Amino acid sequence: MRKTASLLMALALLSLPSAGRAADKVSDGAVRIGVLTDMTGFYSDLAGPGSVLAVKMAVADFGGKVLGKPIEVVSADHQNKPDIASNIARKWFDEGGVDAVVDLVNSGTALAVMPLAAEKKRITLLSGPGTTAITGDKCTAYNVHYTYDNWALANGTGREVVASGGKTWFFITADYVFGKSLEADTSKVVEAAGGKVLGFVRHPQNTSDFSSYLLQAQASGAQVVGMANAGADTINTIKQAREFGVTPKQTLAGLLVFISDIHSLGLELAKNMYLTTAFYWDRDAASRAWAKRFQALPDNQKKAMPTMVQAGLYSAVTHYLQAIQAAGTDAADPVMAKMKATPVNDFFGQGTIGPDGLFRHAMYLVQVKSPAESKYPWDYYKILKTIPPAQAFPSVEAQACPLVKK
Amino acid sequence: MQALFGQLLVGLINGSFYALLSLGLAIIFGLVNVVNFAHGALYMTGAFLAWFGLANLGIGYWPALLLSPLAVGLFGMVLERTMLRRLYQLDNLYGLLLTFGLTLIVEGLFHHAYGNSGNSYPVPEALQGGTDLGFMFLPRYRAWVVLVSVAVCFASWFVIERTRLGAYLRAGTENPRLLQAFGVNVPLMKTLTFGFGVALAGFAGVMAAPIYQVSPSMGSSLVIVVFAVVVIGGMGSIFGSIVTGLGLGLVEGLTKYLYPAASSTVVFAVMAVVLLFRPVGLFGRET
Repeated sequence: MRKTASLLMALALLSLPSAGRAADKVSDGAVRIGVLTDMTGFYSDLAGPGSVLAVKMAVADFGGKVLGKPIEVVSADHQNKPDIASNIARKWFDEGGVDAVVDLVNSGTALAVMPLAAEKKRITLLSGPGTTAITGDKCTAYNVHYTYDNWALANGTGREVVASGGKTWFFITADYVFGKSLEADTSKVVEAAGGKVLGFVRHPQNTSDFSSYLLQAQASGAQVVGMANAGADTINTIKQAREFGVTPKQTLAGLLVFISDIHSLGLELAKNMYLTTAFYWDRDAASRAWAKRFQALPDNQKKAMPTMVQAGLYSAVTHYLQAIQAAGTDAADPVMAKMKATPVNDFFGQGTIGPDGLFRHAMYLVQVKSPAESKYPWDYYKILKTIPPAQAFPSVEAQACPLVKK
Repeated sequence: MQALFGQLLVGLINGSFYALLSLGLAIIFGLVNVVNFAHGALYMTGAFLAWFGLANLGIGYWPALLLSPLAVGLFGMVLERTMLRRLYQLDNLYGLLLTFGLTLIVEGLFHHAYGNSGNSYPVPEALQGGTDLGFMFLPRYRAWVVLVSVAVCFASWFVIERTRLGAYLRAGTENPRLLQAFGVNVPLMKTLTFGFGVALAGFAGVMAAPIYQVSPSMGSSLVIVVFAVVVIGGMGSIFGSIVTGLGLGLVEGLTKYLYPAASSTVVFAVMAVVLLFRPVGLFGRET
């Protein structure tokens, strides 16, 4: 089914006029944004169709035009496969006249598309992938890593949970690049803060039964069980942790948890859990106003509140369009220079994009409310601490990115 | 050593799901001669019906345990009457393709309506909590799953292998024409058997709802393992599928303890070895 869909899409792309990129201010007479995301897999609720919606909303709010030319949005399903992601991106660049590929949730797909975009001098705006390699040794000059990276997640949750007394840790880790990197980053943070890692267990991605891993976590006697996994894996871990009596004796620390996960689990199961997020809709007046507009969009059929990935994507795309406006062209080099030179200040956050491409902004350590504390729909988080940009993200100097002058 | 006991018990719990699902598949393959790829989707449908009943109609776990499999069974019978029936004279492969297509459609519809994260279904009140066995904490609900699955599996095996009704069913696969000549309505019997097989999948879905997140993809991750179980047990062997289901649960539990990274592949490794030495499966009959 998916194959047919991508075939049709490829045909549709082929039929687009493949006019050469004129020396015009706006290439091909339009600014084209390609949303490359997971439309049906594990990440489709936290990115997916909601990400496409956020980008379309950003374009509509911008007025649908920049420098007098229309802004067009195309989207495709990368199915969490790097090869599919890079094939689609290549077609978009070569035949579709796409200027920027955005979202790329799933680190594997992001790392596959970034070098391709850099080679073709097109821009990637990442919201969703976590690996620190994106702004580390795999960094490119045409990329912005927006919403969060694993360092920020590990640091936020790891340091704060140790500070509040959770000294001993056991990890339940998804057995692939993302999970292992998150576990390694968090272990470092925990040990640096004076905590101790007692052990870990690695499970295959997309596992449904976590009971044996939870038994191992239980046997370790650790105070904190860190979940270095994501999506459905995290949801099932939390659900079964309650069943086996892991919680409330041991505390769960979610290293990558989205509001969509909390929504589908329900507060009864998720309550009291610590997590780090880049965005919470109910944080202040501006975030509330924007999120309620997003929720009310006619295409938002489930009336879901935006996840941090979707909110970050709106903010990133808006910043990109403003940079085109200010630079007077959609050519990648001047636009990137403008994006890095201009600070971001909107409902999502305040901060700047470094030479490594990482957007440094505040992160929030939150605790999930209990059903009694939740007063209205989607009232899920208590913000315990705002982590300022300088502490939330790695410093520019600490990055292994060759673009950073030392 | 204590940890090992815990892992084995957990393996047995998973094994009872494998047994329940592979039993349905084995019945359908053995008696109706259809490779039902839609089994996982129907299992998911069973879980979703239970969730939908509780969330929207106030139907609790206990009635759902009966109603949900009934609904799934009826749906299966409609499928059999309107579509599968037309493929009986063709190769098995056509039935497989049809049911595979149905799986994609059913999962796609649920995905469209409910998204991928799924929904939570609470453990029924009477079965909440658990017992500390010394070597592990056994949730009461999991113990219930093992007991019920074993009981249902045994009852099904008994009916098919040891009763007059079962004898008709088996005769129907051996020589449908002759049986029809004796005045037995063979087409109706096949419809009912198919309905019963998929009702078992719906039943397993309701059993699974309080443990796993009720999501559109919950069936597709399980069905592949369950097919491996059926192949190892011997295609169509009822007894084989039950024993193999439980046994592979144990093997998987052991792997999770010894080398967790291999736990998702160990079943297929066993399958490859079994096929090399006994292509008809452990309990399959040579033909």
